[in-house]
Amino acid sequence: MAFDEYQKREFKQVGTRPNRPDGVDKVTGRAMYGADMTLPGMLVGRILRSPHAHAKIKSIDASAALALKGVKAVVTGADFARPEDDFLRDVQENCMARGKALYDGHAVAAVAAIDAATAKAALKLIKVDYEILPHVTDVDAAMKAGAPIVQDGRTLENVPAGMSGNVTSHSEFGHGDPAAGFAKADKVVERSFKTAATHQGYIEPHAAVASVTTDGKGELWCCTQGHFFVRTLCAGMLGMEASQLRVTPSEIGGGFGGKTTVFIEPVALMLSKKAGRPVKVVMTRDEVFRATGPTVSTSIDVKIGMTKDGRITAGEAYLRYSGGAFPCGTIDMGGQAAFAAYDLEHVRTYGWNVLTNRPKEAAYRAPGAPQAIYAVESVVDELCLALKLDPLDVRLKNAAKKGTKSSYGPTFPDIGLVATLEAAHKHPHYTAPLGPNQARGLSCGFWFNFGGNTCVSLNVNTDGTVGITEGNPDIGGSRASVSLMAAEELGIPYEQIRTIVADTNSLGYNDVTDGSRVTFAVGLATIKAARDAVRKMCQRAAKIWDIDEEAVEWKDGAAVPAGPNAGKFPPMTLAEIAADSFATGGPIAGHHEVNVDGAGVSFGVHLVDVEVDKDTGATKVLRYTIFQDAGKAVHPDYVEGQMQGGAVQGIGWALNEEYIYGKDGRLQNAGFLDYRIPVASDLPPIETVILEIPNPGHPYGVRGVGETPIVPPLAAISNAVSRAIGTRMCELPMSPPRILKAIGTTA
Amino acid sequence: MRYLAAQSVAEAAKALAAEAGVTRILSGGTDVLVQLKAGMVEPDLIVDVKKLPGMREIRAEAGGFRVGAAVAGAELGEHKAFCAAWPGVAEGFQLIGSTQVQGRATMAGNLCNASPAADSVPALVAGGVVARIAGPDGERDLAVVDIPAGPGRTNLKKGEFITSFLFPARAKGASDAYLRFIPRTEMDIAVSSAAVNLTIGADGKVSAAEVALGAVAPTVVRVPEAAKAIIGTKLDDAALAAMAKACEAACNPIDDKRGTIAFRTHTAGVLACRAAHIAYERAGGKA
Repeated sequence: MAFDEYQKREFKQVGTRPNRPDGVDKVTGRAMYGADMTLPGMLVGRILRSPHAHAKIKSIDASAALALKGVKAVVTGADFARPEDDFLRDVQENCMARGKALYDGHAVAAVAAIDAATAKAALKLIKVDYEILPHVTDVDAAMKAGAPIVQDGRTLENVPAGMSGNVTSHSEFGHGDPAAGFAKADKVVERSFKTAATHQGYIEPHAAVASVTTDGKGELWCCTQGHFFVRTLCAGMLGMEASQLRVTPSEIGGGFGGKTTVFIEPVALMLSKKAGRPVKVVMTRDEVFRATGPTVSTSIDVKIGMTKDGRITAGEAYLRYSGGAFPCGTIDMGGQAAFAAYDLEHVRTYGWNVLTNRPKEAAYRAPGAPQAIYAVESVVDELCLALKLDPLDVRLKNAAKKGTKSSYGPTFPDIGLVATLEAAHKHPHYTAPLGPNQARGLSCGFWFNFGGNTCVSLNVNTDGTVGITEGNPDIGGSRASVSLMAAEELGIPYEQIRTIVADTNSLGYNDVTDGSRVTFAVGLATIKAARDAVRKMCQRAAKIWDIDEEAVEWKDGAAVPAGPNAGKFPPMTLAEIAADSFATGGPIAGHHEVNVDGAGVSFGVHLVDVEVDKDTGATKVLRYTIFQDAGKAVHPDYVEGQMQGGAVQGIGWALNEEYIYGKDGRLQNAGFLDYRIPVASDLPPIETVILEIPNPGHPYGVRGVGETPIVPPLAAISNAVSRAIGTRMCELPMSPPRILKAIGTTA
Repeated sequence: MRYLAAQSVAEAAKALAAEAGVTRILSGGTDVLVQLKAGMVEPDLIVDVKKLPGMREIRAEAGGFRVGAAVAGAELGEHKAFCAAWPGVAEGFQLIGSTQVQGRATMAGNLCNASPAADSVPALVAGGVVARIAGPDGERDLAVVDIPAGPGRTNLKKGEFITSFLFPARAKGASDAYLRFIPRTEMDIAVSSAAVNLTIGADGKVSAAEVALGAVAPTVVRVPEAAKAIIGTKLDDAALAAMAKACEAACNPIDDKRGTIAFRTHTAGVLACRAAHIAYERAGGKA
């Protein structure tokens, strides 16, 4: 058995719920978030943004701004060299427009000044000569012939000829022959759906402090989900070597995928480089909505065939996603995820990405999957209603399981879908009585999960405590989970371990905190770093006892002779070995570096009861229960928090959240007043049921849990609302005006 | 930008009248400060009126109440006698913003911000409340319904500001109610709203009523036809249907990010009927 494969064991600390290490700092306001960093001589950076959805930038005259007392630098797209790499060039042009403003809010210039008032005044003095171009913000409109072209020449070869120039890529997944499958069905349902773009809605706006010195060294402090990637992107844009740019992440006030790229960081660096002083840039909420990455907006057709007894004979989906003004690969994940919960003989998805005059998409929990699975699960629900079948029975009958050839290619190893469905079936929620205007909906959810590049150091202190250095910003409690796994492996109490997230100079490259990878991958590297330290401590004990290294093993936090032949020595604890370390060879540390494979997919099932006020179209979420496979819940509080948080964000997405564009192509609701995330009083208590089907690819069986829970709420709530009003809802969000219209109360 | 914390009503009125540029009156500041931060307004003069004598008082007058213009939502909500007499006014005012905002927000500010969706205004209109206005030419009284002129505009003259509101004496069997529709449960702005103020006679029938709707026209609108539909009834289905129809007829809303014309029009009628029920029960009626 490979070293990193799952081995059944009795856990002593993993699975407990100790206090979070970052709790005191966060509740007392001491935690340092992005905007809290201050440096001597620091300037204030502000960004000028396009008021137009689509416009040619004929010229930018910043002379009056530069002449204003207190203004130290102005930056435009012309200050950046044009990267060769398409991906890097897109990220850069999203940070600072070049030639064209591609959406309302697109950055066109930036200033650094001695204070905020001066910076604000300077922005007004920058003269941008725009030639306004026709715009398109709707994904279907953008695909039509004659639609305004957002960017020319971005179409990949796999796009069939004759489509609009806004279509940038095409993808297909699946197997079998859907036409043959539909022929065997007793009932075929075909529906078209639309979902609005939504924002992650993190409470902390993007913030960065940059300091570039005349000898070319750079320091950057920012709130991010991945500072190594920030370094890669910024170094690439500014022509710096990785060694010369040190990036330190702050505490993070929410990211949900939205902080996996850069927006203001290269601008702050360039301002600092030009001004010769440190520069802080903090986005306003308006800027966060207009210029950072929401989700894709989508238009989806789904066709599914079913037999009278509930067997799905074929499934087909046509997915049209827009990731805004730049090419976007999220469509591929939507196409792969759409039918992942089902064991199908005939399945096919076709996807297109389409350019629109909207901000560049950024990841948001399980990017691309919630929309595709919403459409599929809505049609499955409609078939269940039409054929008078129990929706859980139908899911069980068709559930993907170990050995299923997934709709996107791989054959599944051990997965937890059937277990979650069975748990839902026997939960009292599933059979609880419902009142008038109330109904119950459910949906399955799925996410791939990810491993990736990871580097961890574990230092044994001479007083018997342990410091862990890892490189992934903690967005979901990972410092606690990492400490717990190290405590388990070393056999010392959780409280004696402190885990920190270090800067880019302290460790080898760590991939971004995304893909639900951190507890899985950093956890795996931590366990191995601990085993590395254990091996070294056993060596020290062997040296002291003067026996062979192989004759020493680690048990309950101490080195012990491996057997009766090894000799008779009392156990030597970690603390004792550490205290003697200077005399036995010096400091003791464990390391592990790896590109982790073996991430286990995660399935979940959500049950929801709603009540619809048929006179106002308002939907109240009455009861919500989540069933999810966590592999192994290392710190169950955090696992439950991920499940509940995903459901809450999904509730907002289903009912109220949307990017609303005016006829002028400008975003109408760039603030939390009219971009309506749920408030606490909108929500019921959200019950969680954690299933633990070990992931074979992790020593403790851990699967990522952060993304799957945002996938099922859209369809679960839509299915409940559709059942409550007796009409199938096919558009998100299901805002009250849309529901009244669907009922037929209003025209 | 200059800031003046006026010491007298006359000083405030004089300064506001004399300023040639943009002026803003600061009371609770829950609109003005947000507008300043967002760069929506850059005033030349801000006059703070909340420290003027009487501005934060609630006192008995003519059998009713005189409420100072700078009384905050939280303060009004703790005045038991007022809340018993005008529960609809109190609930409308207290729906605005968060707990923190309630510590600062004022009815005069909500009225003079002149949003058609202002939550405190429909119940003031339905209650026949009269504002006392100070200005360079002295004091005058003006019914609340006559103060908004359109979104963001009032009928106050240059240098004028509200110092208090007079709530008339309550008849026996009188009460009121306010309801708004928001897509969430709090921290939101009305998509449509309705206030009903009514009195029940000894026979249990509505003897007098006033109905006002918010967010369905450029200003809060009085709907006498809706009131007429329920006067003389015990809010039977026919009366309520007529009331809803009258409300719908009075609507002249816009389509925007918060709601459609059809949605606002329909829900205004629904809310008026529901508010009438609540006011009726509060007044001691049994439907």
